[in-house]
Amino acid sequence: MTPITTPCDLNHRSLARFPVSKTIALSQRLLFRRAFRTPRVRLLFKDIEHLLRLAAVMLIALVAFVVLRAAVVPKSFGQYGHYRGDAIAELAARPVAHAGHEVCEGCHTDVVDQKKLGRHAGLHCEVCHGPQARHADDPASVKPLLPDTTVICARCHEANSAKPHSFPQVASADHSGGLSCNTCHQPHRPKIEDRGKPATGAKK
Amino acid sequence: MDITRRRLLVLLPAAAVAWEFVRAGTPESAPNYKTSEHWWGMLIDITECIGCGSCVRACAQENDVPDGYYRTWIERYHVTDYAIERPQVESPNGGKEGFPMNEDSSGKNFFVPKLCNHCADSPCTQVCPVGATFVSPDGVVLVDKNYCLGCRYCVQACPYGCRFINPKTNTADKCSLCYHRITKGLTTACAEVCPTGARQLADLKNPKDPIHEYLRTHSVQILKPHMATGAKVFYNGMDGSVR
Repeated sequence: MTPITTPCDLNHRSLARFPVSKTIALSQRLLFRRAFRTPRVRLLFKDIEHLLRLAAVMLIALVAFVVLRAAVVPKSFGQYGHYRGDAIAELAARPVAHAGHEVCEGCHTDVVDQKKLGRHAGLHCEVCHGPQARHADDPASVKPLLPDTTVICARCHEANSAKPHSFPQVASADHSGGLSCNTCHQPHRPKIEDRGKPATGAKK
Repeated sequence: MDITRRRLLVLLPAAAVAWEFVRAGTPESAPNYKTSEHWWGMLIDITECIGCGSCVRACAQENDVPDGYYRTWIERYHVTDYAIERPQVESPNGGKEGFPMNEDSSGKNFFVPKLCNHCADSPCTQVCPVGATFVSPDGVVLVDKNYCLGCRYCVQACPYGCRFINPKTNTADKCSLCYHRITKGLTTACAEVCPTGARQLADLKNPKDPIHEYLRTHSVQILKPHMATGAKVFYNGMDGSVR
């Protein structure tokens, strides 16, 4: 049996056989040479090998945490607050479906001239015609469908006691008897007396 | 070309103006949108709403909202003279296809369009455990669907019932105030198609926005003010029975 010569040899491990124990013992001898002179301190650091092993494990865990966190948390997180800053740009990048009336009015000037004289002057095009951004991007190949006036007009003008009383409403069954609205009304300029009048020069 | 002093004096201001245009960019390619310069909200005039459902349809088409789910919807209130505290509220299919004629036209009947209130102190963003929903620097409550876990905390937290779980993505979904439109200088899809102008997008940081004059001259309310959510959807002509 080998005699106990160093503090780390409690478990009867030979320093020569365990390279880890050997390096730890070596470093501890270098580091604590002065401290080890007093017997009491020597007793305190008797099992220093265990503490150093524990410290090594914790250090590895800390490094793993820092590396993992850097890999998992998105770069822009916390740019403006507790969220991913890039999310704002991603949401803003979504393509639009409704082109907006300014785009429509850029080409369809004849309809604008008609519309601004009647009571539908304030109505934007996509209220009735639906989303037309694809048509605006490619007017030649994407053609919008004409809306069905019996459905479209009734949505706004069908009588309902919850609608504001000043809003023009009809009970379509009594009013037209199933005829489509554009038989008599021109949707862009709905007043019947105005029908057929020239768009320009006409008085409101 | 030799530059005389006179010519230089003419050229310098011209170059300065040109440089300003270069910095601003063209509206299409570089929107030059600064989040710090806006604080978005919405104005809803109940006295103008006709319940046509254009906003609900436009919202669904603009934002790919699945059928049966609503980022915005319209409620019809029926308040009888003797039960002001208990209004009858209905919203068939979110008001998407309009409303059938009321059987009982007595009392008060009116439409209330609803959407996310884009609260400045929003209860929904405070409960998100991962930071997937947030109030953007320009005051819009947004959902980062790539980061959302779908835990539904925010759906429960919203006092206005404005959130839902999108069945396609299985993440929280809600009105984004058409963030992809307002950052391009357009108005929201619902405000674009509102035939009576009952919905108006409002920029509270823009001193030229008509909202300021409107708030001064009208008695405007918000929903559930006692919850101190800092709601930024303002209702004009709102009845006391509206919840």
